[in-house]
Amino acid sequence: MNRTIITVVGKDTVGIIAKVCTYLADHSINILDISQTIVQDFFTMMMVVDMKGADKPYEEIQQDLDKVGEAIGVTIKCQKEEIFDMMHRI
Amino acid sequence: MINLREVAETNAMIEKENLDVRTITMGISLLNCIDDDLDRLNQKVYERITTAAKDLVKTGEEISKEYGIPIVNKRISVTPIAMIGASACKTKEDYVTLAHTLDCAAKEVGVNLIGGYSALISKGMTKADELLIRSIPQALSETERVCSSVNVGSSKTGINMDGVRLIGEIIKETSVLTADRESAPCMKFVVFCNAPDDNPFMAGAFHGVTEADEIINVGVSGPGVVKTALEQVRGESFEVLCETIKKTAFKVTRVGQLVAKEASKRLGVPFGIVDLSLAPTPAVGDSVADILCEIGLEHAGAPGTTAALALLNDQVKKGGVMASSYVGGLSGAFIPVSEDQGMIHAVEAGALTIEKLEAMTCVCSVGLDMIAIPGDTKATTIAGIIADEMAIGMVNQKTTAVRVIPAAGKKVGDVIEFGGLFGYAPIMPVNSFSCDAFVNRRGRIPAPIHSFKN
Repeated sequence: MNRTIITVVGKDTVGIIAKVCTYLADHSINILDISQTIVQDFFTMMMVVDMKGADKPYEEIQQDLDKVGEAIGVTIKCQKEEIFDMMHRI
Repeated sequence: MINLREVAETNAMIEKENLDVRTITMGISLLNCIDDDLDRLNQKVYERITTAAKDLVKTGEEISKEYGIPIVNKRISVTPIAMIGASACKTKEDYVTLAHTLDCAAKEVGVNLIGGYSALISKGMTKADELLIRSIPQALSETERVCSSVNVGSSKTGINMDGVRLIGEIIKETSVLTADRESAPCMKFVVFCNAPDDNPFMAGAFHGVTEADEIINVGVSGPGVVKTALEQVRGESFEVLCETIKKTAFKVTRVGQLVAKEASKRLGVPFGIVDLSLAPTPAVGDSVADILCEIGLEHAGAPGTTAALALLNDQVKKGGVMASSYVGGLSGAFIPVSEDQGMIHAVEAGALTIEKLEAMTCVCSVGLDMIAIPGDTKATTIAGIIADEMAIGMVNQKTTAVRVIPAAGKKVGDVIEFGGLFGYAPIMPVNSFSCDAFVNRRGRIPAPIHSFKN
């Protein structure tokens, strides 16, 4: 298990989830959990994914996701889960 | 499982509130490089550093990307060079060659600063210590990344006043020698009382002789995070205020702990300590002075500042200690002037003086830090300022330090620019009454009694 948190933040538009998920599926990244909310037209999504089977190195996936985000007009961040665990769980 | 709100909170800290890991500092022991031939010594030191730290910067960058947390600096500290060069260096120029070697090694591995051009003379000074100290002006003038420090006192040994007097002259000499650069290289030198062996922060970092061959120390920072958290509790009681600082310090320090453990694992170097500090930068919203204002002061320096800082410093430690398995270094709030926009404003508004800063150093992390003073300040006056600060450290059994920049050719009201993380500083007035006869006495101040406290 190589748990990573992907966050997508930006203006809401059609197909954000679809495009991000398509990319993840294409690169064998398994989605474990998705939560999403919209505050005043602002789209915020968080995915917990498992990168264990990914067919590319972590850094390249980050760069690709940057491009995917740029194309849709949202910001996509990809961070290992430990940073959140460390901060919010004792 | 982690939820959306928690993820958003962490990312807001990083993106909006300047949460960062200020530095990963690798301590490297150079004891096994000691040689009586200067060329061989230089070669061994260069090889030792470039081998031990070859992956430091790359690893830091990888961790930064994977966790999405900025790691601002990667640095190296080495065994105090006065010891390493003692048998090979016969002149101060010999010591300067070692400074150049450190500088080259730092550039080769890509770290922005290397600390340890240092001497520990809290009780007495060897011939080698004196040579190194006398070489400091030339070393700082000719190198770019080398940082230097001298420990002149401790609670156990008292204060070496011969050392203090000499340091006053050295700071003055550095200022004159680097007048073409507004004396800015003076900021790469700091003088300590009770210097810790495992401090990851420059300019005072060195790798103590009590340490292992290599060690990873991490310094975290997040004044902006604390400031933002306190905005939510305006007007609340001290209990609520303190709890908020503690919780925030805990979260900030956890990130440091994660980065330290990860860097230690990847580099195969033991994890030393996390320095849980609030270290400001000149960026807006990254200021310790702003926290003091948020606690309820119009400006840092107003009456109440020392109490507010004492509270802040203590709560940061209380929150941070539980977040990390090993805490060390200088831990607490730093109050440099030039690196903190709020402090600069306070000085410009006339709210903050050197005397008030001195009082503040009794309760905070380090000491008189990044303070620009007029270029015509006498060496004995600088030594007097140092002696006062060292006395605070000695009696209170805490680390204190002085990093002043006598800016050649500048007077009160002028400003000097250091650039980047170091910011800019308005020249602060110094009490101009003489302490010559005091400073010119020989010998040392005895260690204080540790009983009858009142």
